[in-house]
Amino acid sequence: MPQIIINQTQVKDPQSLIALCPFDALEYMDGILSINSGCRMCRLCIKNGPAGVFEYVEDVRPSVDKSLWHGIAVFADQTGGQIHPVTWELLGKAAELAAKVNQPVYCLLAGHNVTTAAPGILEYGPDEVYVYDMPELEHYRIEPYSAVFEDFINKVKPSVVLVGGTSVGRSLAPRVAARFRTGLTADCTMLDIRPNTDLDQIRPAYGGNIMAHINTPNHRPQFATVRYKIFSAPEKIAHPKGRIIKCEIAPAKLVSAIKVLEVKPKRREVGIEDAEVIVVAGRGLKKQEDMAMIQKLATVLDGRVASTRSLIEAGWTDPKQQIGLSGRTVKPKLIITCGVSGAIQFVAGMNNSELIVAINEDEKASIFKIAHIGIVGDMYQIVPALINKITAYKASGNDNPAECLLACGGKV
Amino acid sequence: MKIAVCIKQVPGTAQVEIDEKTGVLKRDGVESKMNPYDLYAMETALRFKYDYGAPVDVITMGPPQCEAIVREAFMMGVDRGIILSDRKFGGADVLATAYALSQGIRKAGNYDLIICGKQTTDGDTAQVGSELAEFLNIPHVTNVCRVLKVEEKSITVDLDLPMHIETAAIQFPCLITVEKGIFEPRLPSFKLKLATADRKIEWLALKDLDDRNEMHYGLNGSPTQVKRIFPPESHSERDMWKGSASELSDRLFEMLKDKKFLQQAR
Repeated sequence: MPQIIINQTQVKDPQSLIALCPFDALEYMDGILSINSGCRMCRLCIKNGPAGVFEYVEDVRPSVDKSLWHGIAVFADQTGGQIHPVTWELLGKAAELAAKVNQPVYCLLAGHNVTTAAPGILEYGPDEVYVYDMPELEHYRIEPYSAVFEDFINKVKPSVVLVGGTSVGRSLAPRVAARFRTGLTADCTMLDIRPNTDLDQIRPAYGGNIMAHINTPNHRPQFATVRYKIFSAPEKIAHPKGRIIKCEIAPAKLVSAIKVLEVKPKRREVGIEDAEVIVVAGRGLKKQEDMAMIQKLATVLDGRVASTRSLIEAGWTDPKQQIGLSGRTVKPKLIITCGVSGAIQFVAGMNNSELIVAINEDEKASIFKIAHIGIVGDMYQIVPALINKITAYKASGNDNPAECLLACGGKV
Repeated sequence: MKIAVCIKQVPGTAQVEIDEKTGVLKRDGVESKMNPYDLYAMETALRFKYDYGAPVDVITMGPPQCEAIVREAFMMGVDRGIILSDRKFGGADVLATAYALSQGIRKAGNYDLIICGKQTTDGDTAQVGSELAEFLNIPHVTNVCRVLKVEEKSITVDLDLPMHIETAAIQFPCLITVEKGIFEPRLPSFKLKLATADRKIEWLALKDLDDRNEMHYGLNGSPTQVKRIFPPESHSERDMWKGSASELSDRLFEMLKDKKFLQQAR
């Protein structure tokens, strides 16, 4: 942003200088001549004033030397040594971005007894994993974690820092970004990189009603957080070539005013209102035993079962599972209705769902008017076939049950 | 104990529209209100006020119209209101907003506890609280869902994490961001409205702050730049699929896989 600056030492006759401005934007107070918000940048003061007092400056901001910042860094989100799968997704995206600008991918792993997790991280392709393994890092506490993050950034000077949009990431990334006085873009849904390493970031705002394209053109590193399940995890590499680098930091830098007293696992019943995926059974269901099929589909999709009123009245499902005007209102990411006709009372409770898939034999069923994807067919054939495909697909990659558990339960 | 609560005025509805031609947000005729998440932060502070006699201040940054939400805060029992308002604060991103708030808070007093809402409904970043704590050089915790104990020098809270509830004690001074539902927010009181009608609000402009370098505020102090805003892709298209059961189940499977509803265990 261009500016007019005043060389105070050259100010001789303030009153005559003030008179130069047609907008009364010049003020003289306590021996200092200043420009207030009235300035229109007409530059008459420079043109008509005595030489050397007013000076026009194109951009007073020092510009960052982008060549000093190199590489894409990913923060490995872990709890008790278990790496959150959003980390793999970020490593995949980081590799994609790094390839475009021919730069390395770094990963920061911090915690206590986490060194054993580092080789597993290398399978997702980073060139270097920096490990800070210290007892002070057992629980996530903001001061020690930001101290470690700061140390890591000073060491590797990455151009881009990607952090998972988990509860840890959303607390830590802004803190570290502020420490480096740099930009942070939250909850990005698309990322790309330019040849000059400027990151193109796209994120929703106003509850997803608008999208914004954001750059951090003059600051490094560029921080971005991304939520789980936005990007895809890459395939594992059979023979990783990356290096593990053990790092040390003085324990004095890891002091915290926070004391973690207890960590209790959460056992919360997820109501259908909070479910991300819902499978709904409707009157097309022939007998109560067939609910097992609906339940199975919900289970393989990590979702919940709901129903229309008719099945509640038949006593096949619990009233807590009812969607509609006389039941609950839901807005999941995905809703699959099976044999639901789509009465207005039902539709009112679910038509704001992000993706509506309807399976019904009757092509004229009113559910098809609001479904994004309408499938005309017999659910008794389609649903079992779909369950088999999903089960086979899930089993094909299942070599680490512990992570599977995290992937299923750790939705953020 | 002295408490400050950060609040923000936001558009009354999230149903904002974009002018397709200019790419500018249509703000005309949109009513403003207090960010709903801030009501929970304020309620938490007011409980402390009545339980421990802690005075509660609110601080906000915005155009002069945001006086309305400070008045509303008075009607709920807040003692003092501070507004950061200056043309030079305009266009601030997370960093510049947090920095200006930190300067305002330093000017307003020494607080033991600063409480922020989880996020705003407009920017939606949930990051100003953490950055503010950094600029104030105090510890912070997010996702506070329950207050267990308030002592002379510390506060003990439950944090609502995805898979755990963590109990932590944090020494003052500190900053916490609270979850929706921590307490039920009270309604504004008509009695307090009358009683506080003449209460003075403190206005802070750039010239009142310790750091008067305008390059640290507003658009100038914002490292991030919005290049463009645009409407999101909508699912408005309707698609009808017909065919054999195996074709249909194949197609549905591929669609669910593409849209990442199937997490393959790795």
